[in-house]
Amino acid sequence: MSTTPTLEFRDLEVAYTVRGIDREVVRKVSFSIAPGEAYGLVGESGCGKSTAAFAAMRYLPRNGKITGGSILFEGQDIVGMSAGEINKLRQSAISMVYQNPATALNPTIRIGEQVAEVFELQGFSKSEALAKVEEALVKVQIADPTKVMRRYAHQLSGGMAQRVVIAMALASNPRLLVMDEPTTGLDATVEAEVLDLVRKLRKESGTAVLFISHNLGVIRHMCDRVGVLYAGALVEQGATEDLFSNPSHPYTVGLLRCIPRGGLHKNTDRLDTIPGTPPALGTHFSGCVFADRCALVEDKCRTTQPEMVSVGQSHVARCFHTNTAGSMPRAIDTVTVSVSQNPNRATTGTRLLDVDHLSKAFTQDGNAVHVVNDVSLQVGVGETLGLVGESGAGKTTIAKLILGLYGSDSGSHVVLDGKDLAGTLNKRDVKDVGAMQIVFQNPDQALNRRHSVTRIVGRAVQKLRGLSADASTDRAHELLSGMRVEATLHSARPVQLSGGLKQRVAISRAFAGAPQLVVCDEPTSALDVSVQATILNLLVDLQKQDGTSFIFISHDLGVVRYISDKIAVLYLGRVVEFGESNRVFQGPHHPYTEALLSSVPNIDGSIRKRIPLTGVIPSPSNPPTGCVLHPRCPRMAGSGVEHLCSSVEPALTEVEPGHFMRCHIPLDQLRTVQI
Amino acid sequence: MKRFILKRLGLSVITVLLVCIIVFFLTHILPGDVARQYLGRGATEDDLREFRHVFELDRPLLSQLFTWINHLLHGNLGQSMQYRGPVTDLLLPAIGYSSKLAGVAFFIIVPVSIAGGVISAMNRGKKIDRAITVGGLSASVIPEFVWAILLVLVFGVIFQIFPVTAFPRRGSHDLLTQIWYLILPSISLLLVLFGYIARITRAGVIEALDSDYMRTAVLKGLSRRKAVVKHVLRNALLPTIAVVASQIPYLIGGLIAVEIVFNYPGFGTILKGAVDARDYSVLQAGVIISSFVIVLFQLIADILFAVLNPRIRQKVSE
Repeated sequence: MSTTPTLEFRDLEVAYTVRGIDREVVRKVSFSIAPGEAYGLVGESGCGKSTAAFAAMRYLPRNGKITGGSILFEGQDIVGMSAGEINKLRQSAISMVYQNPATALNPTIRIGEQVAEVFELQGFSKSEALAKVEEALVKVQIADPTKVMRRYAHQLSGGMAQRVVIAMALASNPRLLVMDEPTTGLDATVEAEVLDLVRKLRKESGTAVLFISHNLGVIRHMCDRVGVLYAGALVEQGATEDLFSNPSHPYTVGLLRCIPRGGLHKNTDRLDTIPGTPPALGTHFSGCVFADRCALVEDKCRTTQPEMVSVGQSHVARCFHTNTAGSMPRAIDTVTVSVSQNPNRATTGTRLLDVDHLSKAFTQDGNAVHVVNDVSLQVGVGETLGLVGESGAGKTTIAKLILGLYGSDSGSHVVLDGKDLAGTLNKRDVKDVGAMQIVFQNPDQALNRRHSVTRIVGRAVQKLRGLSADASTDRAHELLSGMRVEATLHSARPVQLSGGLKQRVAISRAFAGAPQLVVCDEPTSALDVSVQATILNLLVDLQKQDGTSFIFISHDLGVVRYISDKIAVLYLGRVVEFGESNRVFQGPHHPYTEALLSSVPNIDGSIRKRIPLTGVIPSPSNPPTGCVLHPRCPRMAGSGVEHLCSSVEPALTEVEPGHFMRCHIPLDQLRTVQI
Repeated sequence: MKRFILKRLGLSVITVLLVCIIVFFLTHILPGDVARQYLGRGATEDDLREFRHVFELDRPLLSQLFTWINHLLHGNLGQSMQYRGPVTDLLLPAIGYSSKLAGVAFFIIVPVSIAGGVISAMNRGKKIDRAITVGGLSASVIPEFVWAILLVLVFGVIFQIFPVTAFPRRGSHDLLTQIWYLILPSISLLLVLFGYIARITRAGVIEALDSDYMRTAVLKGLSRRKAVVKHVLRNALLPTIAVVASQIPYLIGGLIAVEIVFNYPGFGTILKGAVDARDYSVLQAGVIISSFVIVLFQLIADILFAVLNPRIRQKVSE
């Protein structure tokens, strides 16, 4: 006899009413979660993951409604429940953890009071509730609960805020916990801590979890079973290991292939993509939802909706070609770009950019805060330098200093192609400005929404190359076509484009002045993995063709590893490790790099012991003495050089040819694997 | 926090001082000879000289300015040219009356407008929301003196529910009667200010209703009503405070017109008299007093805003 599942979706259909028309976002989705089980839902943006999560809480946007099917919580249908009954459930049996913990907390109510609310709803008095809050915060490993309780949301770091939200969710001892992208936007080390915490709490409480994430690595590490959503339909479902080792739906296969995973590098491997774009909200399908983008598509796929077929023990896929999906042909976009028109080639040999003793101190309340400290970097012609580090490490500030968007402190030098550049942008001439450009993380905000695509790129061409208006328009069109922004879209405004297309426009704009160096600041973090792959391929093509150099900033170590020739690891505004990409990734590592690498949940499922960084990132306004990492260093204890670590700041020294580190601990000791 | 308040206080003092200086020079660069206007065409050169001497108009401009500001600081607002008496004697009782009217109006306008905004936001897109938004906006485009006259006609003359003046006859000066007489004028001010305040409140409430923390509150299992009271109102009313404070100038402007319609012996009626009679010292005093009141309320709003918003409170106490 089987037990009643904690949560069951039966042919659930959800629609959003947009301009008076119902558009389907969840299409007959069925799955169930057993008590204590963790079920993951993956898929790219717009596939209905979050809608499914909120449907489980019976909380849909104002224009959303359940149009069919049922949601059973422990056998009870919650679709037809009254508001009062649903409130009862939310108070005592199901809770949710959200994507953006900072905004999920009320900014004007103290943390303690907000968490206490949950206990008060269960009938505890105010004072009892406050006492229970302390316990709850200790449970989520908050060291100083009484202090945190008195704080407001904006005084918490992202990781701390998520702990509070988790504490709040667990306060009611729920039997179902819905987690919607709970670690998206958190630093890798913080993400690892939060995930460890969730795993530990789940082990203790036996709560069933519905886990939503776009990050397949996270899902792989957190879930017992996984469902893959595409265009609102469940296309594959199975036990995590099965599904990852034997993906049987072309979409799942494609998703897994386009992630730059360990070992892949731009010089040897081209990333797979998923051709085409996801369907618009509420598109009607007479056949398979994925047919338009599928490599194995046949006539049958477009006319008949495939049923779920079993491909293994409790592993099902909604496809006619489950047997061949795993070996389907690779989808590689092989279009070569043709954007080069007298590119600015380096004239002084192979070294393009030299950054020497770059420093920057901001003044805050009369105190100097050293955000960037004595950073020296080199980028060769046609080379990519990856900058990695947690938020607040100074990655973006360094990029902005190099570009001259901020003025650097005296003693800093930025030498491009043999020319010592002025500190700030307005003192540089047009050629220097054109020679170094930037692609931002969020194309939505970087592109003027009132201007057409042609105008955005055309203006940049006109300014940076001094062409006439007509000539720059022609050049803009050439550039855009080279970046595969089709001619029909050249008069569109950014709002009409998808995220990937917007980023292509932003890249076209950056290449308007035929740059020698382009800074890419998290250019793919806001994009889906399949789009990310095409953008990364494009960047690699541009580099191969024009010899453009990149400074590539990303929190995603897989992406950085794929695209970079050299890597600089930053901590608190300092370069702690610098060297060839492979060397930095293969080790021996700087203790910080080691911890950072170990915190990434990898997609290939290999279990790696996480080396935790204890404590929080210190504030640059009050950095620790000696080595800035020493209060958190996982390697210091027992290294024999503790006294040095806490008193003398190590210099960046060449520990191996071409491999630099800022660490007192001898290399041989770092080479040993940490247990 | 103390530093923040002191800083704001300092800025407010500077603002008022600047207003004083500007007002002083403005009245002195106006064309025409004050003495000649007062004494008329028949005045002899000696009369004019004497008039100028009495009102100290014959001294250098800067010296006049310093004496004038010095007097202001001592509470001496000068001599009314029209009534030949201290301006303070004229203005103080009037300000008392106006404060009563403004107070009553304020206590009607603020709760009613905020309630209107909240109701409107809670019923977004429904008929009542449209009625409040469109009605409020339509009402606010009609000037307060038109409303005042209309209200007097309808409720004072035709239906005779409310008195047609704002000032009770002698002998009936108890508080409730006074308030009763002030309701109609207050309503004409309400009609003008309601739309704007309600709209800002509505926007604030909607933003808070759509916020992630409101979602958290609802998904905790709070009933919608409780969630709104506890999580929405406080966050939503923050911007409203600033708006209410910024409406104080309109309130004062409105008062003048309404007082005249209701024949109420307040600040506005006196000021209008001063304008008609070109009584410069009264006018100067009037402008300075109103700017003082405006600056004071802006200061109060700033401090309230900081006290209610932990983010600003923390910033200012750092």
